[in-house]
Amino acid sequence: MSRIEERFNTLRSNNQKALVAFITAGDPDLESTRQLFSVIEKNGADIVELGVPFSDPLADGPVIQKSSQRSLKNGTTLKKIVNLVSEIRKDSELPIVLMSSFNPIHVYGFRQFVDDAVSAGVDGIIVPDLPPEESKELEDYANSKGLDMIFLLAPTSTPDRVEMVAQRSRGFIYYVSLTGTTGVRSQLPPGIETKLLEIRKASERPVLVGFGISGPEQARQASGISDGVIIGSAIVKLIEEHSGNPEIRDQKVAEFISSIHQTLKS
Amino acid sequence: MKAAELPNAKGHFGMYGGKYVIETLMPALKELEALYKEAQTDPQFQKDLKYYLKQYVGRPSSLYFAENLTKELGGAKVYLKREDLNHTGAHKINNTIGSALLTLRMGKKRVIAETGAGQHGVATATAAALFGLECDVFMGEEDIKRQALNVFRMQLLGAKVIPVSSGTRTLKDATSEAIRNWITTVETTHYIIGSVVGPHPYPMIVRDFQKIIGEETIEQIQETEQRLPDLCVACVGGGSNSMGLFYPFIDHKDVGLIGVEAAGLGIETGKHGASLSHGNNGVLHGMMSYLLYDDDGQVQEAHSISAGLDYPGVGCEHSYYKDTGRIQYETITDDEALEGFQLLSKTEGIIPALESSHAIAHVAKLAPKLSKDKIIVVCLSGRGDKDVTQIAERMGIQL
Repeated sequence: MSRIEERFNTLRSNNQKALVAFITAGDPDLESTRQLFSVIEKNGADIVELGVPFSDPLADGPVIQKSSQRSLKNGTTLKKIVNLVSEIRKDSELPIVLMSSFNPIHVYGFRQFVDDAVSAGVDGIIVPDLPPEESKELEDYANSKGLDMIFLLAPTSTPDRVEMVAQRSRGFIYYVSLTGTTGVRSQLPPGIETKLLEIRKASERPVLVGFGISGPEQARQASGISDGVIIGSAIVKLIEEHSGNPEIRDQKVAEFISSIHQTLKS
Repeated sequence: MKAAELPNAKGHFGMYGGKYVIETLMPALKELEALYKEAQTDPQFQKDLKYYLKQYVGRPSSLYFAENLTKELGGAKVYLKREDLNHTGAHKINNTIGSALLTLRMGKKRVIAETGAGQHGVATATAAALFGLECDVFMGEEDIKRQALNVFRMQLLGAKVIPVSSGTRTLKDATSEAIRNWITTVETTHYIIGSVVGPHPYPMIVRDFQKIIGEETIEQIQETEQRLPDLCVACVGGGSNSMGLFYPFIDHKDVGLIGVEAAGLGIETGKHGASLSHGNNGVLHGMMSYLLYDDDGQVQEAHSISAGLDYPGVGCEHSYYKDTGRIQYETITDDEALEGFQLLSKTEGIIPALESSHAIAHVAKLAPKLSKDKIIVVCLSGRGDKDVTQIAERMGIQL
């Protein structure tokens, strides 16, 4: 059983919801990512999603775009991120998912990438610009090596696509809550419940809600109708705001993660 | 394989093309595909398209025998396919009229576009004004500076020009920002892509709307020369004017096809836009194609004196024909393009766009080496009025 599956089994048997925390790997540098990882783990995240920076992240709003730029400026590469995961694995069993645009994986060589990621201890990958129609080769290879390929669904997804993604997504299904790019929004979009129910009917797999979740109240609402939430921009924003002072940064991130954790477990 | 058999049902040209986009956009792409298929066989749609291309754009554009240029070069006969004579001054309008008609068919009220040189932006703003559509054009801040005249033209036409300050502030980032906007507004907005790039079915649709360039050329050259040309030459940024000219010739194997990419400051400087000649396969803006990127897969900056060629990617169909060898790709530097610009201005009284000047410059190298009974057709994709200020500045002349 994969670490991701195991985690969801535990959560389900305790009737709890998952908190997935996203940070851009290497923002502002890889040492900080390692430090932030342990802060996030200690404060109750169930899965950490490490963003692989890309020069042209099409699905990202300004906050994550800027974090990508900061990370690239400091020389972060996909190889270095994979190495970082193997370092982290020396003292953590928390599930780790990499989120990357396809080109870095393509250029790395997708088989080599899957091999290296698995041996480093990566549990799943999300490739937003690689829909099921284009993913076959990577998906088959990842599946054969036990790396979960996680697919996205969106408010615009038609019933046939819900069916297809529900069948093919491993680990969990990533529901993009809104028609838009990443970034915090003041409230959950209307119609989200209907769509989540539709997905639920199509699959037994956990469904997590991401894009636009900004704080505890939205996390509570979104998790009420799903298996948990994915929070990215709100955390990345804290990292950006407190870049000059790592201690305060870690404290702010800790408080934030902990506040969401409390909400989801209560 | 015949040209008409590509792309396949999944939108692939061999290993290139495809739909590399976030799930949010997948349903809209499928919808566009279905709608376009319907439109292709709808006599009314074809009739409307023909009407506007003739009465509004001014097609057919002439195929002009450049006698003076031919004499000056002293070799092959050079014909110019005069896309610069179209309304708005470039080939871009062939696609925007068709795409705006598709937008009406979808019932959408808003269009967005990316633009580099501003020609596609102007062409989209024009079609939007004609058909009563709201229009937002994304343009890099760097290009806004280089192409102030076109920015003002778009505003006069009622479009909003949205400056893009991310990344290199040129066409690549304008395209990224247009895609992000489309992800957000897909339910009400149609994205009119300006070149044979992007996710399927865009490269196919834009090619189909541009292939009129080549179709007319075949008819016109048959009429004047009673035969097909030996060579067709066109510049390649994203590659829409070149694909428009080349596509109807693909199955005529005796006709040589040459795409001219921007060598910028020189290939050896790394500051160029020659993705086919010096890039590798990769994924950007929704498709697999040749692309300029570093060892980690990060997309590199392109460079060209002409904003329209300043793009690190290229149309996926070009990538396919590069690999099969059916189309040859050459490069021309900024300086050579400027020489081409002046050459055509002085010999023929035609000021070409800097983009098209790359094709002219290549013909200037090629024609003298060919015998006088050979025929070259070069696509004059746009007129150069938009570039005059930039060139004056470069020559140290205050206007």
